[in-house]
Amino acid sequence: MSEYLPLVVLFILSTLVAAIAVALGHLFGPRRPTERKLQPYESGMTPFGPGTRRMPVRFYLVAVLFILFDIEVVFFIPWAVVYRKLGLFGFVEMLLFAGILEIAFVYAWKKGALEWE
Amino acid sequence: MDWASLAEWTLKSFALIFALLGGFAYLTLFERKLIARFQVRIGPNRAGPFGLLQPVADGIKLIFKEELIPAQADKIIFILAPIITVVPALVIMAVVPFGPPIQLFGRTISLQIIDLNVGVLYIMAIASVSVYGIVLAGWSSNNKYATLGGIRSSAQMISYELALGLAFTGPVLLTSSLSLAEIVEAQRHIWFVLYQPVGAFIFWISTLAEVNRAPFDMPEAEQELTAGYHTEYSGMKFALFFMAEYIKMIAVSAIAVTLFFGGYRGPFVDQVPLLGPIYFLLKVVGFLFLMVWVRATLPRIRYDRLMAFGWKVLFSLALGNAMLTALGVLLADMFQNSLWLWSIPVTTIAFFLLVAYLMRGSIAGGNR
Repeated sequence: MSEYLPLVVLFILSTLVAAIAVALGHLFGPRRPTERKLQPYESGMTPFGPGTRRMPVRFYLVAVLFILFDIEVVFFIPWAVVYRKLGLFGFVEMLLFAGILEIAFVYAWKKGALEWE
Repeated sequence: MDWASLAEWTLKSFALIFALLGGFAYLTLFERKLIARFQVRIGPNRAGPFGLLQPVADGIKLIFKEELIPAQADKIIFILAPIITVVPALVIMAVVPFGPPIQLFGRTISLQIIDLNVGVLYIMAIASVSVYGIVLAGWSSNNKYATLGGIRSSAQMISYELALGLAFTGPVLLTSSLSLAEIVEAQRHIWFVLYQPVGAFIFWISTLAEVNRAPFDMPEAEQELTAGYHTEYSGMKFALFFMAEYIKMIAVSAIAVTLFFGGYRGPFVDQVPLLGPIYFLLKVVGFLFLMVWVRATLPRIRYDRLMAFGWKVLFSLALGNAMLTALGVLLADMFQNSLWLWSIPVTTIAFFLLVAYLMRGSIAGGNR
C-alpha cells in the first residue's frame, strides 16, 4: 500500500485548504442573524411546508438503471486492459455480455423507463 | 518511506493545489472577459490593468461576507458539503502527468503526484464522489429549490457517467494500460483523437454534463431554481462550490488532453523536458476556451431532453464506439498490420452518423 502514500498526503493537504477557506469566512464575516434572514429562501414569499419533500419516483428509477449499467461499464475497463491478450475470444465474450445487457436496455427503453413524463 | 520523498510529495501536492487555485482564480476572469467579448461588452476592467486583479478583489470580498446558515438547515452537513465538493476536484488531477520526468538536485522527479497503475479507474471513482457534495448541499439546506437542484444534479451526473466510463475504454483498448503516463507515452507518434474521434466527442460532451457546465447547467438553472443546490450558501462556502466547478473544468480539460490529445507530448519535448508543461498548459487552455465558447453559444437544454440525450443517444453511441474500437484493434492484431487501426475512425464515424440519423427529431425537434 505504500505506493499510495503521495495520494494520502494530497488528500490531507487539500482537505486542510478547503477547511481553512471555510474557517476564514467564519472568522472574518459579520454575523447579524435575524429571524427573516434565517428562513429558507423562497423568492421573497413566506416559505410553507417542509423544505425537503418527497421526490418524483423517476429519480429512483434513474438511480436503479444507473447501478445496472454502471456495473457493465466497470466490467469494460479491466476487459479493455487485457483485451489484446484475449484476442477473438475476448471480443466474442464481450459481444455476448454486452448483448445480453442491451436486451435489458432495449426492454427498459420500450417500457418507457427512459421517458421523462 | 524516507524524509526526502515525503518532502517531495508535500511540495508537489502544494504545487498542484496552488496551481489549481490560481488557475481557478484566473479562469473566472478568463471566462468573464471572453463572455463579455462574445456579447460585445468589455468585461471587468477596473481592478488593475485589464482587470487582472479582479479575482483577488472577488476573493477578499467573499471572505468578508456574512456566512448565513438557515435556522432549519442540518448544520454539520451544511458546513461539510462545500468541503466534500471541493476535495475531489483538487485530488482528481493527481494521476495526470504534466510533463516528462526532470532531473533536480540529483533526484528524478516525475511531474505527476502519483503514477497509479489504475489511473483511469481512480479518475472514474473520484468523479463519482463529487456527486455527494452537491446532493448533501441541496439536502441539508432544507430549501425546495436547493433540494430539487441537488437531486437533478445527481441524476444528471450519474446518467452521463455511463457514457463517460465507456469513452475511457477507447484509449485503454489502444494502450492496454490504465496508467495515464503510459497512455501519454503511447501517443508519441499519433494522438488518439485521430483513432477515436467519436470517443473524444462523447468524452467531451459527457464531461460538460459532469461538471454542470452550460448547456447542461440544469442543477443551477437560475430562471427556475434561483441557484439550485447552493441557493442558501453565501460567502466563502458559496465560493468553494464555485471553486469546485471551475477546478473540475480545468481537471476534465487536462484529462481530455491526456487521453486523446497527446498530453504533454509535442515537438522537441524529448530534448527539452520543460517544454512538456508548456504544451500541456496550451492544450488545456484551448479546451477551456471551447467550454466558454459553448456556454456563450448554446441555450440550456430542457431537463427531459437532457436525460433522454444522455441515456438514449450518448450511451448507445459510447457502447457502439467501444465495440467498434475493440473490433479495429482485433483486426490489427490478427493481420499483424496496424493500418487496420484506421478502420476505427471510419466505422465509428459511420456509426455516429447512423445514430444521428435514427435519433433525428426525437431529442431536439418537436414537443417530445
